[in-house]
Amino acid sequence: MKLTLKIWRQSGPEDKGAMKTYPVEGIDGDMSFLEMMDVLNEQLIEQGEEPVAFDHDCREGICGMCSMYINGQAHGPKRGVTTCQLHMRSFKDGDTIYIEPWRSKAFPVVKDLVVDRSSFDRIIQSGGFVSVNTSGNTIDANATPIEKENADKAFDAATCIGCGACVASCKNASAMLFVSAKVSQLSLLPQGDPERKSRALNMVNQMDEEGFGNCTNTGACSVECPKEISLENIARMNREFLKASVSKE
Amino acid sequence: MANSYFLKNSLTKKYWMAASGLFLCIFLLGHLAGNLQLLLPPEKAKDAFNAYALFMTTFPAVKILSYLTYFSILFHAFDGILLTIENNKARPVNYAYSKPSANSAWTSRYMGILGTAILVFLVIHLWAFWAGMHFRSIPTYALADGTIVKDLYSEVYNAFKNLPYVILYVVCMIPLGLHLSHGFASAFQSWGLNHAKYNNLISMTGIAFSVLVPLGFAAIPLVVYFMY
Repeated sequence: MKLTLKIWRQSGPEDKGAMKTYPVEGIDGDMSFLEMMDVLNEQLIEQGEEPVAFDHDCREGICGMCSMYINGQAHGPKRGVTTCQLHMRSFKDGDTIYIEPWRSKAFPVVKDLVVDRSSFDRIIQSGGFVSVNTSGNTIDANATPIEKENADKAFDAATCIGCGACVASCKNASAMLFVSAKVSQLSLLPQGDPERKSRALNMVNQMDEEGFGNCTNTGACSVECPKEISLENIARMNREFLKASVSKE
Repeated sequence: MANSYFLKNSLTKKYWMAASGLFLCIFLLGHLAGNLQLLLPPEKAKDAFNAYALFMTTFPAVKILSYLTYFSILFHAFDGILLTIENNKARPVNYAYSKPSANSAWTSRYMGILGTAILVFLVIHLWAFWAGMHFRSIPTYALADGTIVKDLYSEVYNAFKNLPYVILYVVCMIPLGLHLSHGFASAFQSWGLNHAKYNNLISMTGIAFSVLVPLGFAAIPLVVYFMY
């Protein structure tokens, strides 16, 4: 099929950037969206133009790198998929496709479609961990009894791949779904219990410091999340933070 | 104030937004319940409503509640503006093409606009009746027990016999209903109250509240205009 692509081009962080139009031909319905981008880039290289920079890694839907805002939606029109798992059969011959980077103050554009998501790393560093002794007497995780329901919920929260689609989709560029998934995953497990208060406080404060917006409960994040992380996690984080802020010593 | 203890982080701002919003929901119920007296035939309503207005402006506990209500309205608006400014800053460059209808209800995205419409209505509404009761000199009325009071009933009655005014009142209940349709349930989520056991109850109550309360308020000018 033949497509018209409108892609955000920005040579570096300081460049102003603009949308540019590229025609692309010979696209097969079985190609993934990233393979379509590869075809475009080969075409650009042949023409002596700068290829479009975009993030990608595993290409099997588990790494969360392929951040693209496609036709007004994070990772395109399909539910529960990353860009690499979106296939060109979701589009029609002659379609015009808009491709933009995640837009958030906390995710500055590095180049073209590549954004810097290290703000997520700093949120994790502020409390998204459990402090365990690894000096040789580590306790077997399976030796600690965990209620099945909590283990399942923690696992669901842990499926978050930190792709940033929640931030990209939120009208306020809020990172609540990501942060709440990480807070939930650890606070639901006994290993995460001792640090639950400082974790909730520190991660929320770091989230604010990074310049993410506030949650207005539109629910867009959860709809666009490739791992379909539930809004229940945001409510849980709201509880965790409230409890911690009134009781932390 | 933005950096004060009460509003220092995103979640605390949301807790207060939800608390002031839910308090205003309770106020709406009380306000509607009292105003339903206006549905009585004028001869009965005049005495009942004027006696009620006297009670509402003089009884100490009600006065405390009314000050809390004024504060909640101002605070809810202030906090909303603060959140909106911060949220706009969080995305300095907008998308060339965005399709928010694919993932969220428009009422949830336009809470600020709907809230502003309600605030504009509130200014008109307070100027018409509240300012008359508190500050302007309006005709008086002798209650059944002989007490002379400001005749708020006649002010309301005359206003609701004026068609453009009736239309304004009825139309302004639409943004109120839309604001409540997202706000009511959203407040519970902000407080962390999200559980499979009672989520349906919250959302159904929210829908019922956002339909019935504005309908009740809209019914009063319509009944007065067309029936009395």
